[in-house]
Amino acid sequence: MTGRIIIVGHGMAGARLAAELAARPGDHKVTVLGAEPHRAYNRIMLSNLLAGKVGESDVELAGAAGQTVDVRLGVAVTAVDRADRTVRTADGDRIGYDHLVLATGSRAVVPPLPGLDPVALPERVAVFRTLDDCRRILATAGGARRALVLGGGLLGLEAARGLATRGLDVQVVHPVGHLMERQLDPAGGAVLARTLADLGVRTRLAVAATAVAAGPDGVRLTLSDGTGLDADLLVLSCGVRPETGLARDAGLTVDRGVVVDDRLRTSDPDISAIGDCAQHDGTVGGLVAPAWAQARVVAGLLTGDEPGARYRPQPVVTRLKAAGIDLAAMGEPNPVAGGEELTFTDPARGTYARLLIDGDRLTGAILLGDNPSVGTVIQLFDRGAPVPADRRSLLLGRATGVPAAAPVTSPALMPDATTVCQCNTVTKGALVRCWRAGARSVGEVVATTRATTGCGSCRDAVEGIVKWLSAVDSVEVGA
Amino acid sequence: MAPQEAATHCPYCALQCGMTLRHVEGRVEVHPRQFPTNRGGLCQKGWTAAELLDHPDRLTTPLLRDRTTGELRPASWDDALTRITDGIRDIQARHGRDAVAVFGGGGLTNEKAYALGKFARVALGTRNIDYNGRFCMSSAAAAGMRAFGIDRGLPFPLADLGRADTLLLVGANPAETMPPLMRYLTEQRDAGGELIVVDPRATATARAATRHLQPLPGTDLAVANALLHVALTEGWVDHDYVAARTTGFDAVRRVVAGYWPALVERLTGVPVADLEATARALGTGGRVVILTARGAEQHAKGVDTVTGYVNLALALGLPGRPGSGYGCLTGQGNGQGGREHGQKADQLPGYRRIDDPAAREHVAAVWGVPADDLPGPGVSAYELLDSLGTPDGPRALLVLGSNPVVSAPRAARVEARLRSLDLLVVSDLVLSETAAIADVVLPTAQWAEEDGTMTNLEGRVLRRRALREPPPGVRTDLAVLTELAGRLGSPGRFSADPRTVFDELRRASAGGPADYTGVTWERIDDRDGVFWPCPSVAGPDTPRLFVDRFPTPDGRARFHPVEHRPAAEEVSPDYPLYLTTGRVLAQYQSGAQTRRITPLRTAAPGVFVELHPDLAERLGVADGDELRVTSRRGELLAPARLTPTIRPDTVFAPFHWAGTGRANSLTNDALDPTSRMPEFKVCAVRVEKVG
Repeated sequence: MTGRIIIVGHGMAGARLAAELAARPGDHKVTVLGAEPHRAYNRIMLSNLLAGKVGESDVELAGAAGQTVDVRLGVAVTAVDRADRTVRTADGDRIGYDHLVLATGSRAVVPPLPGLDPVALPERVAVFRTLDDCRRILATAGGARRALVLGGGLLGLEAARGLATRGLDVQVVHPVGHLMERQLDPAGGAVLARTLADLGVRTRLAVAATAVAAGPDGVRLTLSDGTGLDADLLVLSCGVRPETGLARDAGLTVDRGVVVDDRLRTSDPDISAIGDCAQHDGTVGGLVAPAWAQARVVAGLLTGDEPGARYRPQPVVTRLKAAGIDLAAMGEPNPVAGGEELTFTDPARGTYARLLIDGDRLTGAILLGDNPSVGTVIQLFDRGAPVPADRRSLLLGRATGVPAAAPVTSPALMPDATTVCQCNTVTKGALVRCWRAGARSVGEVVATTRATTGCGSCRDAVEGIVKWLSAVDSVEVGA
Repeated sequence: MAPQEAATHCPYCALQCGMTLRHVEGRVEVHPRQFPTNRGGLCQKGWTAAELLDHPDRLTTPLLRDRTTGELRPASWDDALTRITDGIRDIQARHGRDAVAVFGGGGLTNEKAYALGKFARVALGTRNIDYNGRFCMSSAAAAGMRAFGIDRGLPFPLADLGRADTLLLVGANPAETMPPLMRYLTEQRDAGGELIVVDPRATATARAATRHLQPLPGTDLAVANALLHVALTEGWVDHDYVAARTTGFDAVRRVVAGYWPALVERLTGVPVADLEATARALGTGGRVVILTARGAEQHAKGVDTVTGYVNLALALGLPGRPGSGYGCLTGQGNGQGGREHGQKADQLPGYRRIDDPAAREHVAAVWGVPADDLPGPGVSAYELLDSLGTPDGPRALLVLGSNPVVSAPRAARVEARLRSLDLLVVSDLVLSETAAIADVVLPTAQWAEEDGTMTNLEGRVLRRRALREPPPGVRTDLAVLTELAGRLGSPGRFSADPRTVFDELRRASAGGPADYTGVTWERIDDRDGVFWPCPSVAGPDTPRLFVDRFPTPDGRARFHPVEHRPAAEEVSPDYPLYLTTGRVLAQYQSGAQTRRITPLRTAAPGVFVELHPDLAERLGVADGDELRVTSRRGELLAPARLTPTIRPDTVFAPFHWAGTGRANSLTNDALDPTSRMPEFKVCAVRVEKVG
């Protein structure tokens, strides 16, 4: 399909779409308009940036290669004129499109608290969403000792963990009775809180913030129980809201996000929306995997490469992974009626596992701590594949893989048919027969049977059997 | 007078274990020999290799297909060669020179591989020559060339493996495919080293490892990018090395930024914790070696997958660092040398490109023909086999040292294409499945009956030494090619004497990337082989590459950004399981040789399908039940073998058997865009119980 494609937004969704388009055949001309002045970067890595583990250049993502993509950074789009199919930019440009893709993302919610102006946050207070937010946090964190994070969801905990890694004393304030309540049950939340405490992140649960007072010397968060917390830095992590202003102003159908169909088309067939700003089948985004899947579908459709491409949402898997924390949560936090629930808790080691099963399919899972089956559980959940009849393998260890090494048993207990030397197919019975035929040393047994002469790893076993044979006079050998 | 004893090497895999052959009471006995590759070890295949020398199945006379009865009948050499040359002349007169094609093998000696390439270009004048190494080494070769400017399986001696602090094996199962190599791995582990194996199956090698990553088949590339992602975020990248010795890192850095561990865990099933621990072992170890083998390479994205691991090695500063590096474990006996001297469609001796005018001039001068007479590049192995007998494809094929009816992907189709030829000539020791459908079968000498050189997985050129003459009625391939060239009135000179051929090979390779000029038989005899490149007789050879520079124009290694993509054929409701294929210890490649050796047949009597007990339970299958495995291309009948060592979403079958037990009836002929490697290692299948 020929045409001028404009992508509004150069975040993870927009940049991915540009790359997907560039990689496909066709003579389309792609213009990406990004409000942020940076190269595309990986938001997932921002907590590593907060932690000081990586620099800004390390979070850059691959851009679109080739002549067909024109990326304009620091250019905000102010309006879409659907009638003559143009967009207007903040610097007064008017650019025509044949197809427009909105990838405007979302913005952090600033809670309506006294002392917080959402347009101009006070100093020492920041949201945690963009690279600029990160810079703002780091600018304050440099001289800070204590930090507060308001909001105990996934992003808030990642920010908390990152700041703790920098050596700050961090406390998370969360209005609900347990952390990450959308993904975790109370028991899981409790194990997670203990794990965080061991890493230097304290939690205040079931208490709301009522006011913020920030000044040059510090920030004070007043809580609903009347107490207050003082710190040098406050990070707000109270959720995100799809960025729908452009779409709304242009008259597109907007609910919580810009409403799209399975082809990611908005109410105007010449305009698509992907990523956090889009609302598909009642669900708004917020995660990278669906945004990238949507980018693939749109690229396939716009280039004519995959005219049948349709977006099919994948189940959501939430993953919190940082040094000392390993949490995977997926599906519903509550069991379906008549479903199975399996749990394993080892608070001392910070391990918690909970699997919800309906029939033979996983409907939800929480794995916290050292759970070697995590990769298997995620893939079973992702595909809706049947779980094994013996559920223990999923709860406690590898569902597949290495069986425990056979214990070194006495040669007397080893069946004659046991293959001792794999490389030369030598059984215990063959070694015994060789001995009975007159071989009286390891060397002689080896010379006759060729055991140990391949990879050599059965040397100990063969020596053990020869030693046993020399200690036992009469050995019965099976046929 | 034939010698009573010959110090030679095993006829099978690329490890080329040292062995001594002796005449004892009218038989040939095999004795292991101390050599750096095997350190005195041999697996059962090596020990029993001599059983084929006087085997009743051994071919000792040419066979010709009777035009009236359609049966193969014994014939004289003169009749056989006449049928071949008449056929070639007739077909080339009617359809052009390219209508006669040649298919070689990675088991042929350097001399034979070289002579075969020359025979195709000079005597036949055809561009259509390729070989089964395309199914083996081509992805690693292409990735090595584009990153390092050279393709030598291991750029360092094997002994380095034993001393590595961290050793990562990706898609390699040496415990079964080259058992004596495990001695180095045992040494490495005993010294406290980390041995990490990436394989969808918990193979014997994986079970010997300190850590096993068990990804979904076809996702090794994503694992590589995730490991580099972690290395970047944890600060383990060697930025000084990257700055001083490489180019292109920024593009790779930005690509792997998109491969954070949780994303890759979901794609591959490898837990984030395992990815992180592996990256740590690689990133913080002193001597670190990364090796790939067929598991990573035999994919429609094999070159990019290998490149992912090469990128990782370069980012960690491994290649050229003493005791560290990236390498690939070559498969076939002369898989290395066989790809250097002109059996490949696009190649001339010395690893030269056939489309390079200077290379053509040089080689043509050695061959005594005008450079303009040399044909251009032909098509790759599978494309060649797939085009046989089609309107634009070759009408005749000469096969040496290969059994594509069993070993090619989508084998039923390949078999049909072979059957459609006007003339199929096969040179082999026994009546292989491919020989059985030939028009002319030529009995050839075995390894114990010929002199020559092999280049092993380290790039070490070795001597194969004859113990005895071929039996009456059997000729060497060199003798046959020389005779055929003469009968066809070929320009240039051909020789049946391997040393003469090798000396010509040395001149032809001079100045090329794989320069053998300084490799003489005497020099090999004086020590344990000679490592190429070795550009002069007086100068040193090269056990270790990349110490100071890479053989690229600017001396730097090259990063290439690579992206994961799905397998060419993903599972679907009709074909809900992944199939991966591979080898077992007691059989070798298409099994034409090893299936005829009694102890090996006893140890590994037939094909089987490995499946997880959970999957078996769902399918209602018990151990030993006969299964039908079906892909979009064919079916396989084999008994079930239940094992918890395989992923429940994947089944495995070894590919050594023919007929209804032919695993390659199922495999996918999707090709890598660069190496033209078929996707042997993953396709979608359905499994049912028979009856």
